[in-house]
Amino acid sequence: MSVSRTRSGGVGTTLLWVCGLVLLTLSVAFTITIGPAEIAVGNVWAVVGEHLGLGDSGLSLIREGIIWNLRLPRTVLAAVCGAGLGLCGVVMQALLRNPLADPYVLGISSGASTGAVAVVVLGVGSGVATLSLGAFLGSLCSFVLVLMFGHLVGSAPDRMILAGVAAMQLFSALTSFIVMSAADAEQTRSVLFWLLGSLGGTGWEEVWPCLVVLLVVLAVCLLKAPALDAFTFGHDAAAALGVSVTRTRTSLLIATALLTATLVSAAGAIGFVGLVLPHAARMLVGPGHRRLLPTTVLVGAIFLVWIDTVARTMLDPQEIPVGVMTSLIGVPAFAVVLYRSRKTRRS
Amino acid sequence: MGLRAERVSWRVGGELIVDGVSLEPAQGETVGLLGPNGSGKSTLLRLLSGVRPASSGVVSLDDVPIQRVGRRNVARRIGVVEQQADTEVDMTVHEVVGLGRVPHRRPWAGETAEDERAVRSALESTGLADKEGRCWHTLSGGERQRVQIARALAQQPRELLLDEPTNHLDIRHQLELLGLVVRLPVTSVLALHDLNLAAMFCDRLLVLRQGRAVVAGTPGEVLTPELVAEVYGVRAEVTADGPEGRPSVRFLPGEPVEQGTASRG
Repeated sequence: MSVSRTRSGGVGTTLLWVCGLVLLTLSVAFTITIGPAEIAVGNVWAVVGEHLGLGDSGLSLIREGIIWNLRLPRTVLAAVCGAGLGLCGVVMQALLRNPLADPYVLGISSGASTGAVAVVVLGVGSGVATLSLGAFLGSLCSFVLVLMFGHLVGSAPDRMILAGVAAMQLFSALTSFIVMSAADAEQTRSVLFWLLGSLGGTGWEEVWPCLVVLLVVLAVCLLKAPALDAFTFGHDAAAALGVSVTRTRTSLLIATALLTATLVSAAGAIGFVGLVLPHAARMLVGPGHRRLLPTTVLVGAIFLVWIDTVARTMLDPQEIPVGVMTSLIGVPAFAVVLYRSRKTRRS
Repeated sequence: MGLRAERVSWRVGGELIVDGVSLEPAQGETVGLLGPNGSGKSTLLRLLSGVRPASSGVVSLDDVPIQRVGRRNVARRIGVVEQQADTEVDMTVHEVVGLGRVPHRRPWAGETAEDERAVRSALESTGLADKEGRCWHTLSGGERQRVQIARALAQQPRELLLDEPTNHLDIRHQLELLGLVVRLPVTSVLALHDLNLAAMFCDRLLVLRQGRAVVAGTPGEVLTPELVAEVYGVRAEVTADGPEGRPSVRFLPGEPVEQGTASRG
C-alpha cells in the first residue's frame, strides 16, 4: 500500500522536479569546467550572465569563447538529446505497448541518419533545415517499414524488435553505402558520427532547433498524457476510455519521428537512451504519464550530460563518441528489461 | 432512453458478423448475451460501446446516435470490461482503477478530489479497498477481472458492457463476480458461455446464432431444450429448480433428438 501512496503524492513529485532541475543546472555548470582548459564554475556563471546582459564576465576572449562557443552548446545539446530521446522512448513504449521500444532499437534513428547523410552527400540544398527535413523523411520511412513489418510478423514485443533490428541494419548499410560512394575522405570519416552518435563540434546553431522541437513535442505529449495512460491495456481499451486511437497514435508517432530526426541531424544516432531512462523514471514516479514525461526528460538530460563528459574526458585527448558509451551502458540494461518482461508475461 | 440498438449489423469482407439485432435493456437490468463461439456476441458489445461503427442500423444513447455523442462522452457513460486484459507495465491496483478517470480528466490537469472519490468508491464496491497497493502482475485471474470492473466503475458509467467476464475463472470466482455485477446499480449487458450462470444472474437473455437474434426474454422463457438443441446442437434437460425457480440446464450425451420430443420441461 505504501508503494501507491508515495507514488501518487503530488508534493513529492513537484519536489522531485525541482530537485531535478537544480541538479541539471548544476550538472551543466560543473561538467563544463571539466576539460583541458582550466575553468571554474564561477566563470561559467559569469559568461552566461554576460550573455544575458548582466555585465562583463572579466574573462579573456579565448576563455569566454571556450565556455560560450565550445563547451556550453555541447553540454546543452547533450541535455536536449538525453531529454528528447527519453521522451521518444516513453511515448513509443506507451503507444506500441512495448517496454523495449526506443528510437534507436526500432531503427528510427538509423533511418534519420540515412536521410541526413543523403542530404549532405548528394548535396540536395543546404543548411540545418534541409538536413532535418532529410532526417525526418528517413525516420518516417523507417517507422512505416518497422510498423508494417511488425504488423506482418505479429506485434509481440520481441517480434517488433526483430523488425527494428532489420531496419537498423538496412539503414546503417545504406548510410555507409552513401558515404563511401561519395569517396571523400572527410565525409567518409563522418560515417562514424552518423552511425554512433557524437556531440563533438557542436555550435549554438545546432542546439536551437533541437531545443524548440523538444519543447513543442513535450507540450503536445503532456497534453496527451491521459491518452497515453489509456493505452496501457491496449488499443480497444483506449478506445473504450474515450481516446481516438488512430488519430492519437498517428500524431504522436509522427511527433516522435520528428523529434528523433531533429536530434539525429544534430548529434547522430545515439543509442539506448530512450530505452533505459523511461524505466528508471518509472521506478521514481510510477507509470502515470503526467508525471512520467517530465521526469524522464529531466533524468535523460542529466544522464546524457554526464555520459558525454565521461566520453570526452576518459581517454583524453582522444574522444569516444557518446553513442559508444550509451551502448555500453544500454545493452546490459536492455537485457534486464527483456528478462523482466519475459517474467511478467509468464506470471 | 438509455442505451439502445436498433437492427444493427456489422459486416467485414462481405460477411455479416452481426445481422439486424435489436436490444434495449431497461434501466438497472442485467442482460445476458448467449450463443456459441463466433455468434457475434463480442462484436455486438463493440457496436454497443461505439468502438466499432455499425454497418447499418443505429446504436443510440438517450436517442442520440452513439457516433455523434463523441468518444469521450461515451466513455463517461459506458464502461467496458474486455474478456482478458493484460499489460506489461508495472502498475498498482489503484493506478489501474485510476485509468477509469481518463475520460473525465482535463488536459494538463492532475487528479482531482472527485477522481480520488470515484476511484475509492469503485474499489470499495468491488471489495478491493485492501488490495489497492498490490501490483497488477501479482493478482489472480479473478482479482484482475474485479480490478477491471472497478476501473470501469471509476468511469461512473450508467451502462456496463462485459465480454465473457467469467472466462478463465474458477467456479467460486465466477459466482462472486456475477453476483457483484448484478448488485451494481448500473445497466449491464454481458456475454456469457455458461447457460446456468446466465439463468441464475440475468434478468433477460438474448440468444444469438450466426449474428442473428434467435430469441429474447426472461431466462424461463428462453432456456428450453429446443433452444439448446437448435442453437448449440446439444441435448439438454431443463428444469425449473434453479434459485428462485429459475431454469436449470443439464446437458446430456448424444445427439439432440428431433425438436419437440426431447423435452419434458
